[in-house]
Amino acid sequence: MELTGAQALIKSLEMQHVEVMFGLPGGAILPVYDPILDSSIRHILVRHEQGAGHMAQGYAQVTGRPGVAIVTSGPGATNVVTPLADAYMDSTPLVVVTGQVATTAIGTDAFQESDITGITMGITKHNWLITDVADIPRVVAEAFHVATTGRPGPVLIDIPKDIAQSTMEWYWPAPEDLDLPGYHPVTEGDPTLIREAAELLLAAERPVIYAGGGILKARAADALRELAERTGIPVVTTLMARGCFPDSHPLCLGMPGMHGNYTAVTAMQRSDLLIALGSRFDDRVTGRVSAFAPDAKVIHVDIDPAEHHKVRVADVAIAGDCRLVIEELLLALDSLGLAHSEATRGGRGGSPSDAVAGAPAAEGSMAASFPRERLAPWRAELGEWQTRFPLVYDQQPGAGPLKPQYVIEQLRDHTPEDTIVASGVGQHQMFASQWWQFDHPYTWVNSGGLGTMGFAVPSAIGAKVGRPDKMVWAVDGDGCFQMTAQELVTASSERIPVKIAILNNAYLGMVRQWQEMFYEERYSEVYLSPDLPDYVGWAEAMGCVGIKVESTDDVATAIDKANSVDDRPVVIDFRTDAFEKVFPMVAAGASNDDIMVDPSLIQDLGA
Amino acid sequence: MSMYGTDQRHHTLTVLVENKSGVLARVASLFSRRGYNIFSLAVAPSDNPRFSRITIVVDVESAPLDQIMKQLDKLIPVVSITELDPAHSRERELLLATVEAGPETRGQVIQLVGVFEGKIVDVGPEHLTVMLAGAPTKLDDFEDLIRGYGIVEMQRTGRVALPMLDRADHRGRPAAGTADTTEKAG
Repeated sequence: MELTGAQALIKSLEMQHVEVMFGLPGGAILPVYDPILDSSIRHILVRHEQGAGHMAQGYAQVTGRPGVAIVTSGPGATNVVTPLADAYMDSTPLVVVTGQVATTAIGTDAFQESDITGITMGITKHNWLITDVADIPRVVAEAFHVATTGRPGPVLIDIPKDIAQSTMEWYWPAPEDLDLPGYHPVTEGDPTLIREAAELLLAAERPVIYAGGGILKARAADALRELAERTGIPVVTTLMARGCFPDSHPLCLGMPGMHGNYTAVTAMQRSDLLIALGSRFDDRVTGRVSAFAPDAKVIHVDIDPAEHHKVRVADVAIAGDCRLVIEELLLALDSLGLAHSEATRGGRGGSPSDAVAGAPAAEGSMAASFPRERLAPWRAELGEWQTRFPLVYDQQPGAGPLKPQYVIEQLRDHTPEDTIVASGVGQHQMFASQWWQFDHPYTWVNSGGLGTMGFAVPSAIGAKVGRPDKMVWAVDGDGCFQMTAQELVTASSERIPVKIAILNNAYLGMVRQWQEMFYEERYSEVYLSPDLPDYVGWAEAMGCVGIKVESTDDVATAIDKANSVDDRPVVIDFRTDAFEKVFPMVAAGASNDDIMVDPSLIQDLGA
Repeated sequence: MSMYGTDQRHHTLTVLVENKSGVLARVASLFSRRGYNIFSLAVAPSDNPRFSRITIVVDVESAPLDQIMKQLDKLIPVVSITELDPAHSRERELLLATVEAGPETRGQVIQLVGVFEGKIVDVGPEHLTVMLAGAPTKLDDFEDLIRGYGIVEMQRTGRVALPMLDRADHRGRPAAGTADTTEKAG
């Protein structure tokens, strides 16, 4: 069967079970857009290519399947650079197809030419410039394989216009036909190291599981829960891992880091063993590295061996898939429990026949008794901190400024508990992460590593496309909203009913907070305006329902009204208190020991 | 002080890469964005047309060797990385230099080239262009000695290296050819 390169590309995407792609056509990608008309793949026409990339990210983060974006050459391609960098930081599987000028024009500064493979070399897991039409199916298969295996990440396929227009004999490569001699991700952990980890774990007195985004990538939430429950070890969930372990679980300490809660931050500081699972000791988590968790030994499980010892030297570094390694760790704990119980019984002069190899660990054996009893004092200490240093804010009822935390709590309490929340970057993101109760994996979509303002609206749209069965709310800031709001036109025209809560404090709030705290209240270029733009008018112009809320009395009503709309997007402009700051806070470069809690708790801290 | 030689800061990596366009750019871009310093770098086809070999001398003061190797390893076209222990590898480099060699000193320069088993590759009225191939330390010594005559221009290729051949000694212990080979992961 003879196909054009363009047809082969679309057919290859179909072979990869792509159901939706986000994109915007242009000159160099024109040939590829023609067969889209005949394809089963849904194409969502965005208003700006950055939106296509973030939508693909939102889709990937909630479904676990690779997000696909397709854009033209030159400015189309450079507009998708930010989503690629974002996906690279947060290990999101993304396949981006870019048009390129004809091979004969490459290097001549042709119209809409940019060296996108060169530009994105450092922010993709890999990229390809196709120079032979016959390579298309194989490269697409390789691209999906690379994006989704090992440590997931974004990849880019650059396809020159003349390659898309020439013809080839169709084939679909078998797995062994992929030409990736240098790519063999390790998934299974080394059994010796896993056993060492199990031994460390059984000896620890103040252990903390430091769960990162890798838990979600590995679909290891169930395994993590089993590990925590069987050992009784408390869990912190990083910004990228919110929802991988239920916030309502008694062992959950919540989010650590720069704006983490006191208990999560301090538990790590006082810990004697950090069990880092799919987390990478990001500077926002560690604070000053030299002062981070000074007494802790470290078990570090990561599928990317380059993360080991990068920031913090690990005592046991295990390269492998988090789910597989946790499952093996559980088995190792079983067998250690048996060994311990045998030894114990031997020591007490029990008959050798009691110690039958392979017998299940009896109640009262080391492994079975280890959890609750051994760690009870540690958990009690953590419980005291939780009581003394809760997250707090002070909302006066009625008029008076709305507290952003109050809005988040109302949203949380007036939406289904498995609602997906997407956020931008800044104060609203931290408030959302702190005050939402994440009890389900894949319900939190945000830009963690790159910190891309404007992420919320498009990623919420992508999330809703991926999970149309779930309610999707974006929690956004007014600064962020203005960066990518145009994608609500996409959502309206495609009937994608996302809901947007703007916490409108008329400021670039996080920058304002830093200027207040660290720049002597010298506010430089952070004031926006509560009324310019007119958010309700803007929302309506984009085909959405627009609502403005200024009083606590109207918060719940507005949320309920938004929830009842299912044929178009809704935007709520919540007028929030510009003076509210995110606490706790560890200042940049400071030790986590110097965590600043909400000023209203300071008396307690001195007590 | 020796420019090359056996400085502990410098480790030699030989990196087998797919012979595809842009591979050198990927390696260079990785070093630049992670802030790793390259001391020298040489690229050439290997015996297998599918692969090329890059010999990189890295400065491990800029980053731990373990990190440099693992990050390199993450590049998809990188097939394998071998760290060569200078004590157990053969390292060679080539030097070309145009040296001041007027009538008074010409004889001395020629003599020096002869002692080092180099070659005169070009002759002018006041200059000689000389070539020397050998171990990097030998090139260092030669460079120091000819500097006194006046170097007009000089170029060194950067080193290439291969592990010493595996010769089991009489006690049956195989000579360690390589310090560490990383199979691709991740």
